[in-house]
Amino acid sequence: MLLKRDLGGTLLLALLGIAILVVPVLNLAVPESSSLHLSTYTVTLLGKYLTYALLAIALDLIWGYCGIMSLGHSAFFALGGYAMGMYLMRAIGPRGVYGDPVLPDFMVFLNWKELPWYWYGFDQFWFAALMVMLAPGLLALVFGWLAFRSRVTGVYLSIITQALTYALMLAFFRNDMGFGGNNGLTDFKTLLGFDVHADSTRAGLFVVSALALALGYVACRAVVSSKLGRVVVAIRDAEDRTRFLGYRVELFKLWVFVLSAVLAGIAGALYVPQVGIINPSEFSPLNSIEVVIWVSVGGRATLYGAVAGAGLVNYAKTYLTGALPEVWLFALGGLFVLVTVFLPRGLVGLFRGRKEPP
Amino acid sequence: MQFEPQRPRKPVRRIDLMTYGFGSASEPAPDASSAPILYIEDITVSFDGFKALDGLSLYVDDGELRCIIGPNGAGKTTMMDVITGKTRPDQGTAFFARSVDLLSLSEPEIAQAGIGRKFQVPTVFEHQSVFENLELALYTNKAVWPSLFARLNGAERDRIEEVLAIIGLTESRYSRAGVLSHGQKQWLEIGMLLMQSPRLLLLDEPVAGMTHEETEHTAELLLSLAGRHTIIVVEHDMEFVRSIGRRVTVLHEGRMLAEGRMQEVQNHPKVIEVYLGA
Repeated sequence: MLLKRDLGGTLLLALLGIAILVVPVLNLAVPESSSLHLSTYTVTLLGKYLTYALLAIALDLIWGYCGIMSLGHSAFFALGGYAMGMYLMRAIGPRGVYGDPVLPDFMVFLNWKELPWYWYGFDQFWFAALMVMLAPGLLALVFGWLAFRSRVTGVYLSIITQALTYALMLAFFRNDMGFGGNNGLTDFKTLLGFDVHADSTRAGLFVVSALALALGYVACRAVVSSKLGRVVVAIRDAEDRTRFLGYRVELFKLWVFVLSAVLAGIAGALYVPQVGIINPSEFSPLNSIEVVIWVSVGGRATLYGAVAGAGLVNYAKTYLTGALPEVWLFALGGLFVLVTVFLPRGLVGLFRGRKEPP
Repeated sequence: MQFEPQRPRKPVRRIDLMTYGFGSASEPAPDASSAPILYIEDITVSFDGFKALDGLSLYVDDGELRCIIGPNGAGKTTMMDVITGKTRPDQGTAFFARSVDLLSLSEPEIAQAGIGRKFQVPTVFEHQSVFENLELALYTNKAVWPSLFARLNGAERDRIEEVLAIIGLTESRYSRAGVLSHGQKQWLEIGMLLMQSPRLLLLDEPVAGMTHEETEHTAELLLSLAGRHTIIVVEHDMEFVRSIGRRVTVLHEGRMLAEGRMQEVQNHPKVIEVYLGA
């Protein structure tokens, strides 16, 4: 019912369904000698793209539909990633280089004697999973409440989101923050008892990422198809009009902003065990800007456009940074300019004919 | 055109419009009526020392259709901003329906209390259909979570259809609001106000940019709504004000200059001096 008249979404979910069934088989069951074999490197790369796609959907929800151009969305992604990284660090236990049963290696190295209080509980997966959503969600709640209540909008809001992620990056770079400083969290061993380097775990993470993307898509589609979604679009198009119709605009913005941050956090949490590291560079403002480019390349306010954009731009990035590394940033910038000038509705706009997004 | 407000609310005493709307010529006596629905007293608003409103008092009766005219900068829009909660005055009092203190409520609260406002530039949700525009305006619980699960019931659909008929957009109900003509957008916005089941409608230049024919339609529409709703119209178009011909208030430099029927106001020497005679 939800997917009625949502061709792009149906296609996306079908592709994800096929990938969930086929990718692990091609990786695990098909022998390496076969030309159909999919390397673990590729599986992990695809899994990483899926988490990026979830982040892109999260941004599209608030940018495409609510008109809030967040230039700091990677902050929520990174916070989710750090929450997962903290669990993975605690899960190393005595297998670290220094063999301390409780303290992660970097704390031993810094000569810390005790675990900081905010690391408590992260030995439990359920607690970490909760924090993956709570940490970004709470930050979005506080930040959004202050910003939306003061009616900060447009470019000013974009600038302070950028400042937010930059401030977090500087804070996480500091060793005494207790998050591993410059090096971040890495050298993970196991996730829920599974070896994070094993092929089967990588395939499993791919499947979980695909499921998370599918669920995230369906959840966002449900939100934008509801009356709440129409109110949010109304806020984007005529904020004052919406307010004078009796809607408390700031609460609607806050609601979608927090939902978006939670989705970004989940994406970050799935990203970290696949790439094997989380460090403060994930907070870098440039990362957030890249997310904006994925969404605008794919096409705003369609959700599946964001997925397509994230996939295509990241594939191009993987290819170009390998083949012509010095060209990549120019290509990215050029792509953004071209899309803005010639394809204001993104790539999916090419296929949607005259049909306007909501 | 039949139209019954469906706002669930305590019964209020309705005053017969005919007793004053078409009453005999008399001195402007705003405070003589028995039940003003809008009661504004001694409102002052200043921006950086400039007094946009300077001790303005205004009383509008329940069911009245009031026109407010005045040269640019007279404070007409600022007055609407004060009534709808957008601007807080430096001093004064503003009450709606006797007990609602407008100065203590936010814009959404005032809207939900029953005051609808049409902007000077027609403002509709261009990317959504005419039907959806009206649905968004519908008087209902407008909190976040109820909106997530909201579904239209039969009565609500009927009401949207009813308003579509009133504003003459039944044929265009599935069109995007962005493709409507300027006049149709003005009507759609008036329709959105009606969906709110407001007791008081504030219309800022409802016929600006309309063709002659559209203006006539709008006059008919407003006349048909008066009595069921209280309506305040801010307008520059004198022809239009004359055609709806009710009580007129003239503002000048943030103060009330004159009030009365159009003919009286037109002959008022001070009004001629600052506005009409120019």
